[in-house]
Amino acid sequence: MRRNVTFRIVVDPIRCDGFGHCAELAPELVTLDEWGYPILQAEAFPQSDREIRRSAQLAVRGCPRQALTVQKIIAAQS
Amino acid sequence: MTVELTTRRVLANHLDHPKNLSEHEADFGPINRLSITIDVLRDSGITGRGGAAFPTAKKVEFLLQQRRVTRYVVVNAMEGEPAAHKDRMLLATNPHLVLDGAMVLANLLNADSVIICVAREHLKTITQVKAAIAQRGAKRLQGPSFEVQSPPGRYVAGEESALVHWLNSNETLPQYRPTRPSIQQIGRGGVLLDNAETHANIGLIARHGAEWFRSVGTATRPGTTVTSVTGNGKAVVLEVPYGTAIRSILSGAGIHYEPRALLLGGYGGTWLDGKHLDVGFDDDSLRPFGAGTGAGVIMALPPESCGVAECARIVDYMAKESARQCGPCAFGLPAMAEDLKALTSGRNASHSLSRLTSRSNVIEGRGACRHPDGVIRLVRTALNVFAEDFSHHAAGQPCQFAHSARVSYIPHQSDVKDLEWE
Repeated sequence: MRRNVTFRIVVDPIRCDGFGHCAELAPELVTLDEWGYPILQAEAFPQSDREIRRSAQLAVRGCPRQALTVQKIIAAQS
Repeated sequence: MTVELTTRRVLANHLDHPKNLSEHEADFGPINRLSITIDVLRDSGITGRGGAAFPTAKKVEFLLQQRRVTRYVVVNAMEGEPAAHKDRMLLATNPHLVLDGAMVLANLLNADSVIICVAREHLKTITQVKAAIAQRGAKRLQGPSFEVQSPPGRYVAGEESALVHWLNSNETLPQYRPTRPSIQQIGRGGVLLDNAETHANIGLIARHGAEWFRSVGTATRPGTTVTSVTGNGKAVVLEVPYGTAIRSILSGAGIHYEPRALLLGGYGGTWLDGKHLDVGFDDDSLRPFGAGTGAGVIMALPPESCGVAECARIVDYMAKESARQCGPCAFGLPAMAEDLKALTSGRNASHSLSRLTSRSNVIEGRGACRHPDGVIRLVRTALNVFAEDFSHHAAGQPCQFAHSARVSYIPHQSDVKDLEWE
């Protein structure tokens, strides 16, 4: 059985103060609302996509409030 | 507040004072040897009465599966909902029934402490609960200890994570829970938190069994619901089986006009068009109309009133009640309140309508708790039910009732910077 690993980033909305660094570092994953708070891509990306994984990492590390985390989703593939 | 005669279970034999222990035992039977098993709880199919309608047996099972040394049973009687009066009514009628339910659940979970949470503004209720606890103390029963806690009565203070956070660190702020369902903790102990009405029903299930409990109500929502009906200026608390037609609940509460619309569930609830009065008051019947029972609140909007203006007042209140922890709620709700205010007066309202819809879509699901989602549910159903009014208002032609909106009760709110959280 092969495992199909995908990931998305999630935000702790209480920690987030709307610095907006994430949208600069990972524009393909994050857009900002009219108040400057992040709207995250709801769909999950394949773990094998290196480029997207790289920008997710940048966004997570670049958050001054450490509000972002990468959430791995492991689904069994039939 | 008055009580009308209907199916009375948790509000049975209402006296003019909270029943003391001997009156309680004369009505319902002795309290020693009361117990409940997880099977009875599961068979009864009881769902939470606080608004989310989560099966109580599932919560208990989650806790039983976990290896924990300490467990706590928390009774949520905060009642932050301005239109709701049921928990206070219940504790002013049968306080021992609530304590019975908490006691049997605590024994089932092996919890040695029960915490009853009443907002500190509800002084009378605090006194009543304390008196009931003292009467039980005098009997030297075995079982859990009881205590009363009184957090500040803000709207979000009754949210479960906010309440547990108060018990842990004296701040009624909702918490971020990345995984759901999540088990709340006091220290390292697991917490079972249920609404006071749920506990009272469990106090009865422990006596009469699951089959008795299921004998009224619907298949998916068995039992009764204690509803708080407003619409005549005063609040009426009525206990009715789930599935009772809304029309008969209204007439039971003395509302005999044909309402334009109904606010169901609470200020984070849903609007229902006034033509659906024959729909049953339970979630399955209401779902096709986009509505739900929530915390059992029914507010009837009289014919000579403005839905847009009422909605604006409620959203303004809800925006001020935000804990201001999450950006989308702290900035989004006031922005939506401003849009609604502009629509009410009909001045500069042309963009407000479309902006209201787009802002709803942007804010939804982005708070740590469900406070913003409740407001969005309210606004979306309002846009649906009052669609015609909204388009008139947006075109700069507000209705004649827009400036005299007074139906929904808005409690006094202190200035944002003076809000008390601890």
